[in-house]
Amino acid sequence: MNELVMTLQGFFGFAWPLVYSMAKIVAIVAPLMLGLAYLTYAERKIIGYMQVRIGPNRVGPKGWLQPIADGLKLLMKEIVIPAGANKGIFLLAPVLAIGPALAAWAVVPFSPELVLANINASVLYIMAITSMGVYGIVLAGWASNSKYAFLGGMRAAAQIVSYEIAMGFALVGVLMAAQSLNLGEIVKAQQGGVFNWYWLPLFPLFIVYLISGLAELNRAPFDVVEGESEIIGFHVEYSGMSFAIFFLAEYANMILVATLTSLMFLGGWNPLFDFAPFNWIPGIFWLLAKVLFVLFLFLWFRATFPRYRYDQIMRLGWKVFIPVTLVWIVVVSAAMQTPFGYLFH
Amino acid sequence: MSFETLVFYFLASILLFAGLRVVTARHPVHAALFLVLSFFTGAGLWLLLEAEFLAITLVLVYIGAVMVLFLFVVMMLNLNIDKMRQGFWDNLPLAAFVGILMAIEMTLVMTVVGRSVVTSPESHAANYSNTKELGRLLYTDYVYPFELAAVILLVAIVAAIAITMRRRPETKHQDPAWQVSVKREDRVRLISMPAEKKGE
Repeated sequence: MNELVMTLQGFFGFAWPLVYSMAKIVAIVAPLMLGLAYLTYAERKIIGYMQVRIGPNRVGPKGWLQPIADGLKLLMKEIVIPAGANKGIFLLAPVLAIGPALAAWAVVPFSPELVLANINASVLYIMAITSMGVYGIVLAGWASNSKYAFLGGMRAAAQIVSYEIAMGFALVGVLMAAQSLNLGEIVKAQQGGVFNWYWLPLFPLFIVYLISGLAELNRAPFDVVEGESEIIGFHVEYSGMSFAIFFLAEYANMILVATLTSLMFLGGWNPLFDFAPFNWIPGIFWLLAKVLFVLFLFLWFRATFPRYRYDQIMRLGWKVFIPVTLVWIVVVSAAMQTPFGYLFH
Repeated sequence: MSFETLVFYFLASILLFAGLRVVTARHPVHAALFLVLSFFTGAGLWLLLEAEFLAITLVLVYIGAVMVLFLFVVMMLNLNIDKMRQGFWDNLPLAAFVGILMAIEMTLVMTVVGRSVVTSPESHAANYSNTKELGRLLYTDYVYPFELAAVILLVAIVAAIAITMRRRPETKHQDPAWQVSVKREDRVRLISMPAEKKGE
């Protein structure tokens, strides 16, 4: 492996750092894209079985090629730009949606060594980058030159901005417990089995983070942008690939939230129990299993819960989650000064 | 020219261009977007100065929150662009005078006064945490000014709510506590009455 790297380094000369970074970025984004294609398939299958039907089963064996066919279909379709739309911003909006969704992956560690950019303030970086995703939504709604899209964009943006606060406070609890902003350090602080992970001492924050994550993603039961009974989503005017980009951004963000939940509350790559048969399995598989578990929860929620009304969404965010997180932060910080502080480390 | 200098000039030229377009863009939404771009490149410049906490906070607070609300307002208001641009040439001389004066002042501060005070930051090892140092300083040496700033912010929040809060008796709203605790007796009335036909 090292010899290969050396040979390549000689071949590319001074452009090597650029080429090497690009290769690493591709190594993260390519599996991510494949993963989110099959997440759409998993979603349709799982919800299908929950509703006692089969789901996609025509393209390829057992419908395995369905996401590929869907992707091809969206690629072929025409991008319709509405009359009176602000063309430049209309086309820029999907890019602004997917850019942050992918950029956030730069600091996500997959194992103690496997991380693209091991920066100290990685949690802050993720919060900053994901907070930029809202521009895609606001601008898509505005540039479409349609009242429905505009109202949908405003709603979605207000929802995202509101839940970001609760999400941020939940993270404050995590970084107080781990005493670090580095995701790798946060996982290291949860060393050990299932009872050492932060979901237990920070249980209210874990629940708030999980649900706020759903609201942040505009997913069921908070998916007013897709509500059939009141079609006012920010992407009503988008078609073909321009719509597909929004779709990809949503699913990339979904996997991101699931990964972050696993890293910060479910012990990341730590095995379920820190003894014999469990700690033989390499850490990255544990991380993957936890991510899949959280993603399954998201799909399960979608199949189970009815959609929230818009004022209920706002009430839940501002009047329930933010007070809960504030109280728990005070509890954690007070308890850390007592002899029971070890419970929260 | 080192790589850092190259990045600096790259970011600085984008920043200047974006700043200029904020003023000259015809459409207010475009102007707001150029302001977002200038904040983002500004954060990049701060990163070059190893101020990663400030850079990330700039993105988080200004791009993630302040500018989103800004865009909300600009989009919601039905702005008359022609009317906004009226008097541009009348105000230009005064604006140019103030602008040039500010530029001269800043150049003076940076070159004459600042040279002895402001030096380029010394570079730190890769594991140096800017955030941790800043937090330690804020909560030890500068804890009173920091708390004072927090109290002033709290007063501002309370004042903003007090100014804008109006009682609107005509708006209909739900009381979720009542919705949750509602009993069958509140919604349904069971009447006992004899059956009209018996046993067919």
